[in-house]
Amino acid sequence: MEEEKNEVKLMKGNEAIAHAAIRYGVDGYFGYPITPQSEILETLEELMPWETTGMVVLQAESEIAAINMVYGGASTGKAVMTSSSSPGVSLKQEGISYIAAGELPALIVNVMRGGPGLGTIHPSQSDYFQATKGGGHGDYHLIVLAPSTVQEMADFVATGFDLAFKYRTPAMILADGIVGQMMEKVVLPPFRARLTDEQIAQQRPWAVTGRAGSRGHKNVETTLELEDDKMEEINHRLQATYREIEKNETRFETHYTDDAEYLIVAFGSIARICLKAIEDCRETGLKVGLLRPITLWPFPTEAINELAGRVKGILTVEINAGQMVQDVKLAANGQSPVWHYGRMGGNVPNPTEVTEALISHINQSKE
Amino acid sequence: MTPEEIKQKGSIVAAKPRLLNDNHMHYCPGCSHGVVHRLIAEVIEEMQVEDNVIGVAPVGCAVFAYNYIDIDWIEAAHGRAPAVATGAKRLNPSRMVFTYQGDGDLAAIGTAETIHAANRGENITIIFINNGIYGMTGGQMAPTTLEGMKTSTTPYGRRADLNGYPLNITPLLAMLPGTCYVSRQSVHTAVAVRKAKAAIKKAFTSSLAGKGTSVIEIVSTCSSGWKMSPAKANEWMEKNMFGHYPPGDLKDTTND
Repeated sequence: MEEEKNEVKLMKGNEAIAHAAIRYGVDGYFGYPITPQSEILETLEELMPWETTGMVVLQAESEIAAINMVYGGASTGKAVMTSSSSPGVSLKQEGISYIAAGELPALIVNVMRGGPGLGTIHPSQSDYFQATKGGGHGDYHLIVLAPSTVQEMADFVATGFDLAFKYRTPAMILADGIVGQMMEKVVLPPFRARLTDEQIAQQRPWAVTGRAGSRGHKNVETTLELEDDKMEEINHRLQATYREIEKNETRFETHYTDDAEYLIVAFGSIARICLKAIEDCRETGLKVGLLRPITLWPFPTEAINELAGRVKGILTVEINAGQMVQDVKLAANGQSPVWHYGRMGGNVPNPTEVTEALISHINQSKE
Repeated sequence: MTPEEIKQKGSIVAAKPRLLNDNHMHYCPGCSHGVVHRLIAEVIEEMQVEDNVIGVAPVGCAVFAYNYIDIDWIEAAHGRAPAVATGAKRLNPSRMVFTYQGDGDLAAIGTAETIHAANRGENITIIFINNGIYGMTGGQMAPTTLEGMKTSTTPYGRRADLNGYPLNITPLLAMLPGTCYVSRQSVHTAVAVRKAKAAIKKAFTSSLAGKGTSVIEIVSTCSSGWKMSPAKANEWMEKNMFGHYPPGDLKDTTND
């Protein structure tokens, strides 16, 4: 395959994920159509990577089957992913719990739409709780990456897989319908070769490769343990991994926070709208800053705690009824008031609404 | 002949397969699982594929299959074994991949995964243990429970008007163009065991050769769940289960 470097393309966020997956050297994608993310599966089918990199692409009979195909493929040490949108991601939760319990690397993409129920096909961020608090049964976490640009949609495929393999834990790209559907310029990453079976056996000795005979012992991927002390030990091991991830992998970016008197915390596409609102505020002399969590789990608790000690108030802006605001409150720990502004049902706040919400809260806090 | 002489090489006519380890099985006396496990271990040894095989264990009594047969295994969520096997096989096409599933796993919670894996013609083998009851959870109604059969959730016997009909899923799988070999067997007599072993070997060989999905249903006993002695359970199975689930090949296109 011809090496293409720094190739600038115009494409949707969903398409960027498909291209980035092939270029990362992903071994398999299993998915089921659902709006607003079907372009990921469609783009992969159109690009036919099985003819070039050897990547397997399969449309499953359901989201449940797709996540279990991911579980089967990931068990064999391969780089495997799936994607869906909110109702479909709810269906995947059982499988995601197994993947986390099995200490398997995998990438799950959720291009969020509004709920609850069948809800709407329009954008939302209302799966924050589901993504960051585990989602399925049992004590576990996913590494959750929140892209705000089409470039990040492409880049986070590699980031997600690299982290998933480093810590042997599933990672999620938690996008929303805006960043999935909008077209932007994107520089696609370079092609990387898929690992050979020999490299997998060498680098991932836990993998169920089917080669028990030559390995000299069997590898078993199971999440069942009926002895209480052993099951507790497995839980302790998982928790130790999560503490390590919290220590090393918390990612966020800040804008205008040096002299900020007020702070906005927002993730994903709405963070860009908030940045416009912040620039509007600054033109009128109101000094507002932005903290955008890039990893929603682990959450940038320390950074928000530090900023909470020197601002007069924090507004959390989300496209939901108020979910991340709970983590912001925990992080602020009472040092400054924490407010929330959000829209639901597929509606997305515009910069004027964000500015008005902030000024309204500031005025109320002075009464 | 002394025992020492019998043990000498060449005199042994039956031995435990090497891949079947010495772990104590949790299966009840009279249960068909132990025999089927042994047959799988024997066939893998005879085919010399222990370095090229992935088994997918179910949720149900066979959840611990990986504790007894020394090959690589993946333990699937309830009903999802055919999807798990699909992922493993598609990404490792040269491996022999098989699932081992009970009736609740395959024909209730996992019906969609079973039918669609077979309909895609995934090159896997599905070993289907049909004993008409949920063993692991304590004897509840299975999709294959016969009408009139008493279980802990049909204490007065299964009634079609309340509980639906017994699901005869294997002929349905035989109808799908993706399946190449579909056979129903049992392991309650020496003759039946020999036939079941031959069927398993044919299924494994066919799926390894890329001919499509093979399905081997083993009509089985559950003496604990049925509340019968092992001998009585065998009799009851022949008299009642075979009427609804008659043994024999349902489909064989492996030579086409």
